[in-house]
Amino acid sequence: MIEFHNVTKRYRGGVEALRNVSTRIDAGEMVFLTGHSGAGKSTLLRLTTLVERATRGHIVIGGHNLSRIPPRKIPLFRRNIGVVFQDHRLLRDRTVFDNVALPLVVSGHGHSEIGRRVRAALDKVDLLGKEKQFPMVLSGGEQQRVGIARAVVHKPPVLLADEPTGNLDPDLSKEIMGLFAQFNQVGVTVLIATHDLDLVHHFGNRVLVLRNGQVVDGQW
Amino acid sequence: MLTRAKRAGAKEAGFELKGAGARVIRSWVVRHLQSFFFSLGLMARAPFATLLTSAVLGIALALPGGLYLLLDNVNRVTGNWDTGGRISVFLKTAESDAAAEALAKDLSSWNEIARVRLITRSEALSEYRSMSGFSEVLDAFEDSNPLPAVLTVEPTLEVQNPSRMKDLVARIGELPQVEFARFDLQWLKRLDAIVEIVLRGVYLLAALLALGVVLIIGNTIRLGIENRREEIEIASLFGATNAFIRRPFLYGGLIYGLFGALIAWGILSLGFALLKPAVARLVSLYGGGFELAGLSGAGILALTMSGATLGLLGAWVAVGRHLSGTAPE
Repeated sequence: MIEFHNVTKRYRGGVEALRNVSTRIDAGEMVFLTGHSGAGKSTLLRLTTLVERATRGHIVIGGHNLSRIPPRKIPLFRRNIGVVFQDHRLLRDRTVFDNVALPLVVSGHGHSEIGRRVRAALDKVDLLGKEKQFPMVLSGGEQQRVGIARAVVHKPPVLLADEPTGNLDPDLSKEIMGLFAQFNQVGVTVLIATHDLDLVHHFGNRVLVLRNGQVVDGQW
Repeated sequence: MLTRAKRAGAKEAGFELKGAGARVIRSWVVRHLQSFFFSLGLMARAPFATLLTSAVLGIALALPGGLYLLLDNVNRVTGNWDTGGRISVFLKTAESDAAAEALAKDLSSWNEIARVRLITRSEALSEYRSMSGFSEVLDAFEDSNPLPAVLTVEPTLEVQNPSRMKDLVARIGELPQVEFARFDLQWLKRLDAIVEIVLRGVYLLAALLALGVVLIIGNTIRLGIENRREEIEIASLFGATNAFIRRPFLYGGLIYGLFGALIAWGILSLGFALLKPAVARLVSLYGGGFELAGLSGAGILALTMSGATLGLLGAWVAVGRHLSGTAPE
């Protein structure tokens, strides 16, 4: 589902965030991506969502070579990916419902379909009763669950998470990871960047380890 | 391995790069309406800021609009005057009405002259008497009429150029019956030239103020983009197209432009209402029938269209600048 072929990302100023990375994540897999901060985890995720493009090498996702996707097709490409952020990045001036609805709104879904699918997504993260509330009044764990509902509401085949438990205590972290595992069980390919090694060991999935921009362990 | 590969194939088929097709077209109008009311809602949430920006735009639009109205009125005044170029021929007071008529007949046979109108001495007198303020003066002359007969000579079109006109005036002036002939259009031409200069000034001012409107709206929209940067980033990460991101801001610019035009219209109407009685008084003192013209329907339409267009342009520039910075490197 996600293939990296000799991918190098060099930023202006000569810093190489990724060096000759080749790896592969199969459809239906759930993989953890670990490494120290600055090892290239975030860069790898940014390349995967086409926020940035690789300097060398190529990335193939869902059969599409990312370097061949023209700018005007990028939005359509991104509709196949759900993203969860460390600080969940919910919009404060929108209700939980409107936050979760965003991916459906941007892709032009009808009103009734949006309502149905948003409620289904909120049901999966157990927040059905809170759809009219604003994110600020929710707890940290609840906010992250809203973030996850937003990432899956449009049923993307790929789910990416960047330190989704970074701000949560261990119990809440396990609960959040459990949610990712649930989505993985219904066929979603999940890639989670995290430095929480205890959690990674607890779940026992394949682990990709990045060090200084290179994959040093967990090669497929 | 095999199951993995199988699952891979199945999943990858679900990875689409196509738009939503018919659904997009069907909801196109709905989405535009949504964006329009969304932008309107954002403005309504900050009514004071919206009013302030619109007022600045209104003033910027009212200035060239007002100057244009002024020039339009000046043109209408001078247009009422005959710019065809007539020569006034004052005869010697000793000439009788019969002699004047004979001269008029003689002149109208000239090639250069299209028409001649005779104002006899008695006609001139009664005309002057009818104008207020002159009757007492004329009474002082008692029975003798101090006014000469006047011929109004209208040259043919071919003569309507300065040098030939000058020749004609000189030739008529040399006739023995004629006291003097006058062609008095020079000042009118000067006025025309002044109006022309002012008109260019207005165009220049209008262009500068139009640019001002674009920049004001551009800057307002830019601040709006800054305020909603997070929202734009998230929407873009979840597959919002540039058109989707651009749309509410374009409507924002459009609405600002329309509000600005509305306020400009108000300012112009107010100015018109204040000036109209004063102008009417002045005109009545000159005994004229001129009436100050306000904004016509076409003028209001032009004002609205310029406001809307400039607003849209300003928003487009601001959003375009932002979007060009978000393409992946």
